Amino acid sequence: MPLAIEVRGLIHKYDDVTAVNGIDLDVSEGECFGLLGPNGAGKTTTVEILEGLLEPTAGLVRVLGQSWKGNANALRQRLGIALQETTLADRLTVREIVVLFRSFHDRGVDPDAVLATVGLVDKKDEWVMKLSGGQKQRLAIACALVGEPDLLFLDEPTTGLDPQARRDLWEVVGNVVRRGKTCLLTTHYMEEAERLCHRVAIVDKGKVIALGTPAELIGRLGGSQVLEFGSAPEMTAETLEGLPGVREARHVLDRWRLTVDAAHEAVPALLERLRLHGAALTALSTHQASLDDVFVLLTGRTLRGDA
Amino acid sequence: MNPTPPRLLGPLWELVLARLREFFREPTAIFWTYGFPTVLALALGIAFSGGTDPKAIPIAVLDGPRQAARVGTLRQDPGLSVVSLCEDEARRRFEGARIVLAVSGDDEARYLFDPTHPEADATRRRVDDLLQRAAGRQDAIVTRSDLVQAPGSRYIDFLVPGLIGMNIMSSSMWGIGYALVEARKRKLLKRLAATPMKRSHFLGSFLIARMVFLATEVAAILAFAVPVFDVRFQGSILAAALLCVAGAMAFAGLGLLASSRTTSTETVSGLMNLIMLPMFVLSGVFFSASHFPDWMQAFIRPLPLTMLNDGLRAVINEGAGVGDVALPIVALAGGALVTLAVGLRWFKWT
Repeated sequence: MPLAIEVRGLIHKYDDVTAVNGIDLDVSEGECFGLLGPNGAGKTTTVEILEGLLEPTAGLVRVLGQSWKGNANALRQRLGIALQETTLADRLTVREIVVLFRSFHDRGVDPDAVLATVGLVDKKDEWVMKLSGGQKQRLAIACALVGEPDLLFLDEPTTGLDPQARRDLWEVVGNVVRRGKTCLLTTHYMEEAERLCHRVAIVDKGKVIALGTPAELIGRLGGSQVLEFGSAPEMTAETLEGLPGVREARHVLDRWRLTVDAAHEAVPALLERLRLHGAALTALSTHQASLDDVFVLLTGRTLRGDA
Repeated sequence: MNPTPPRLLGPLWELVLARLREFFREPTAIFWTYGFPTVLALALGIAFSGGTDPKAIPIAVLDGPRQAARVGTLRQDPGLSVVSLCEDEARRRFEGARIVLAVSGDDEARYLFDPTHPEADATRRRVDDLLQRAAGRQDAIVTRSDLVQAPGSRYIDFLVPGLIGMNIMSSSMWGIGYALVEARKRKLLKRLAATPMKRSHFLGSFLIARMVFLATEVAAILAFAVPVFDVRFQGSILAAALLCVAGAMAFAGLGLLASSRTTSTETVSGLMNLIMLPMFVLSGVFFSASHFPDWMQAFIRPLPLTMLNDGLRAVINEGAGVGDVALPIVALAGGALVTLAVGLRWFKWT
């Protein structure tokens, strides 16, 4: 499968801050690839370099088989881009904006067809200022699609949206991805990456710390479920030693996160162990293992940055 | 998917259309561009037009044996409004110029006036003539006054070209400078830089849209001032059009320069006010720049608004043609080329 994006040893420094510190990426044609990481991980910087908006400090970048130098205009004809939270003109209608963006591209699709794809047909004559946050994002995606791009960049498409608007947008992006559009998406929502992306690179502090399909990455946890609990007094690594079915134990904030094969076997054993050490349970929850747990396993912090 | 989409009118046209739509959908922009100069012309025109009937000049005759006789003599002049007063009261009435001059009621005529009042000296001579003639002075020759109203000599005639110049300056600078920084702030510039849009089309659309606004705003001021105040357009329309276009481009260039790297609308507003404010005061919008002392003229003359205003006055009020205002046209166009070129070089999209 030919590569839509090829990145080797990418480095970008802003003054004395190194935002991207040696990233390698391969994205195949027809693939939806996710860059997942907390705020400030270097996702947006990486994407802006790929979009030709920033010059990298060092490294090799090939987009659709070409480097940006000398091919900028030809490449821009073939890319579709939705930046993080852009407000397009307030007092133009949805359709006027899509027609404007269509006029920049040599080839493209009918503006009305794109509005149907993103579900904005009944808003096409509204001024942009009257749209909700989710509708504005769908308009941004319409502008990215109207040039019939060979490669689509979506930078944090659902940041700042409420849960319902986020699910609606996943629906829109999911349809585009299913039609085989090559897509690079950045997000700090693990659920978004799990639902939309074929492969995910987890990025932290300017580096790729894990790469694979969501299932592969979650598989690295060893267990399929995560058991999170707090107790008084707190348990230690020694007092938890040898619990049956526990693959991995990590202490995050004032909680323990145990990756387990089966919660129904691990919970009774854990309760027994607590009783033995005279500790009372203060909190207990279990959930299906997710990319968030992978991030915790790799960094000891959560994706939301609250540890 | 549609492999052969309807060919649109082209990106430059679409961008110009977007500019025009955004402007005409913004009510406050419409007021400041079209409404405000018209309201200003109306207010100042009414205040300073004076009409054909100048107001009578208030004077006083002070208590004394000849008071009644002098009041009688002076009241024959309809241009004077005469009251009898004691000296203390008269002195009080000089405050706030409630009277311009007082003459004593004694045998000897003594005049009291404030020499800084612009009409005081003329009033003193006028009153003196009336009193001397009443006392029997014979004029040496016969004189006669023929009143002329030269076209283009009233204050409103002076004001209208100044308002046009001021409007061209502020709408060009705000229309370019503020709009570009606003687009940068909301990352629209970055988004557009990521499309295959030609960057020259984007900035070109601003200049083309500016030409459309320029034509309509000058037309709006003239469409008001010509019928309402009978302002006569004496000179070459082509000369005025060339001046307006060169002036608008020069100010657009200054606006581009101010916005080329600025990311906050507050900063660009401050920067543009810094450029415009001195010209509002110095460049002869409301009063002639020639009131400033000679040593300042070397600074005031080359200001773009001074060149534009003086050029427009020469054309509208004095009937100048293209040749007479070639110098300001060329100077403004040259300034436009330099500022636009430098602004483009410095311009930051991301």
